[in-house]
Amino acid sequence: MKYQSSLSVVLLGFFLSVPLATAEVRVFACEPEWGALSRELGGSEVTVVNATVAEQDPHHIQARPSLIAKIRRADLLVCTGAELEVGWLPLLLRKSANGAIQPGQVGHFMAAEQVELLGKPALIDRQLGDVHAAGNPHIQFDPHRLEQVARALTARLIEIDASHKAEYTARLQHFLSSWQKAVSAWESRAELLRGKTMVVQHKSWVYLSSWLGLKVVAALEPKPGIPPSGAHLAKVLSLVKKDKPDFIVHAGYQSEQASRWLAAKIDRPILSVPFSPAEDESLMAWYERVLGLFLAVAK
Amino acid sequence: MNRSLLSAATCALLLGVSPLCAQTTLQNKNSLNPAISLILNGRYFHNDVSTDAYRLDGFLANPDAGLGSQGLSLGESELTMSANVDPRFFAQTTLSFDGDPEAAGAGVEEAFVQTLGLGSGLNVKMGRFFSAMGYLNEQHAHAWDFSDAPLVYRALFGNQLQVDGLQVSALLPTDRFMQLGVEASSGSHFPASGVNNGVGAWSLFYNIGDDWGLSHSWQLGLNYWQADSVMDRQSVGLQSDLLFSGKSRIGSLDFVYKWAPNGNPINQNFKLQFEYFDRHEEGNLQVMQAASDYRGEQRGWYLEGLYQWNPQWTVGVRYDRLSSDNRGSNGALLAREAIVSQQQPQRYSLMLSWAGSEFSHIRMQYNRDDSYQQGDNQLFLHYIVSVGSHGAHQY
Repeated sequence: MKYQSSLSVVLLGFFLSVPLATAEVRVFACEPEWGALSRELGGSEVTVVNATVAEQDPHHIQARPSLIAKIRRADLLVCTGAELEVGWLPLLLRKSANGAIQPGQVGHFMAAEQVELLGKPALIDRQLGDVHAAGNPHIQFDPHRLEQVARALTARLIEIDASHKAEYTARLQHFLSSWQKAVSAWESRAELLRGKTMVVQHKSWVYLSSWLGLKVVAALEPKPGIPPSGAHLAKVLSLVKKDKPDFIVHAGYQSEQASRWLAAKIDRPILSVPFSPAEDESLMAWYERVLGLFLAVAK
Repeated sequence: MNRSLLSAATCALLLGVSPLCAQTTLQNKNSLNPAISLILNGRYFHNDVSTDAYRLDGFLANPDAGLGSQGLSLGESELTMSANVDPRFFAQTTLSFDGDPEAAGAGVEEAFVQTLGLGSGLNVKMGRFFSAMGYLNEQHAHAWDFSDAPLVYRALFGNQLQVDGLQVSALLPTDRFMQLGVEASSGSHFPASGVNNGVGAWSLFYNIGDDWGLSHSWQLGLNYWQADSVMDRQSVGLQSDLLFSGKSRIGSLDFVYKWAPNGNPINQNFKLQFEYFDRHEEGNLQVMQAASDYRGEQRGWYLEGLYQWNPQWTVGVRYDRLSSDNRGSNGALLAREAIVSQQQPQRYSLMLSWAGSEFSHIRMQYNRDDSYQQGDNQLFLHYIVSVGSHGAHQY
């Protein structure tokens, strides 16, 4: 039978293609910030693949075949959690055929579960848009929360790969000392941003604004996850016409259309902020870049 | 339990980094509850020809396959509950409530248990589920881009192929996505039929897919389905009911290509989808008191393209085509029941859809349907909303 012989060829291919086991912990990072942190803390003990890039909206990723192939081989999943990836990660997990990274397993690490979240809604109702019941998941712009995540991630790496405990511990210490130094430098440079106002596209800036003392005066999306409408934009315009905000801010992956419309009306700068680091960028280089964007237009 | 003890121990061992230990308590306790979601849809359907007269000549189609009711009607509502059972199993059930008053009642559309990784990329699914045979088949109808099934799905499966049985799949450990699977079923759902003391139908599927750079992705599937002892499978002939007994085999190929700038589909994306099916049947046909031996060859394919040009608007086109070449000893009978037919059914569809959010869709669709004697113009107005837990979408 033709079908049987082709089946045996495929089965043979299956057994021949099992790769040699590598000693490294294979990390599947849902967003590049967690990939960068894993590289920072895991060093040569880990290999990291990122599921997304900074140009992609992590709320809306398709469970593409390539992602299923990547997640199948992961030892450790490092994601944001708090329902940010709810539209695609559960499906990837189910299709992964990988027991080690399922919820509750040691290979399942959610950054948002390691910290206290801001913006926990008092009312869960989709009339309010795409609300995240656990709180606002966009924690990557708070360096202090990142520090907490780094500590927890190190603990998790040690749990998975105890034989390299000394290396992980040393790397965490090294990361923390340089990170803390950088954070105080950023904080003093960002002093002049305190009290500055901004109109944002989506409610994803609560951590950055609370860290730097920025004030969000309006959002271009009428409700989180609902695209800006003409009527709502007119409302935003009337709100900020007199008291103009210092910046109009949107994430790099969002369409700039609405921001541009408002910017033309009130003549204020648009900041298209990279919501995640670039593919091989370090967390520090990325923070520098983001802060640089704000400082360049702040007077 | 073990998990938290273990991490507490690690915390204690880990030098003085104490703040994390206070924080690691899991916050998503509610994930213990099943995820519940409800899909509601309703439609307005208008066409030129009586829906009772609808038939696909040359195909021994499922009697349930038709156009649905004219005018305003409530579509099928679905209630889905799913949850991880424990670290090893996931379970899901979907109950469907038919809006048609004559077919009122709840049906079990899906009820399955699936493993969460048995090692070596293996997974087992048990219960009732949609077969992996065909790209669209695995998706729920409400996730389809058009308001009706492709003609070939209607002709061969009666819209969708359900399995009561077992699926074993292996995700190969390759850099490129490759999945291989086998399904065994009781063989009680169309296009199989009858009671089987064991496996009544089985199938094989193979999927391969990858990205081309950041903006392009694709998936190719090959499928084979076979039922060796179909017993008294009912179809509707031109004048009377037909009963087919014998052997049925289907081979198929599907291909999907997607484009989104930088792989970010929310603002703009494009999808091209193609599926081809080929059915061979051998056996005999019973029509009232008459009979004939029978060899059926039927083929069909569709091609659709969808373009979403902003977060809310999508436009789609689809072309369907079927052809058949059936033979039998009793030629007069086959001709009388329109089983031998020169008809080559085809259909053109145009669709425009608006999304209020991820959870609400309103769709308008026009079909020029030349799948039976008279050409038919069909118009759908269709809403689909989902409430409850956030569903995840198949690729």
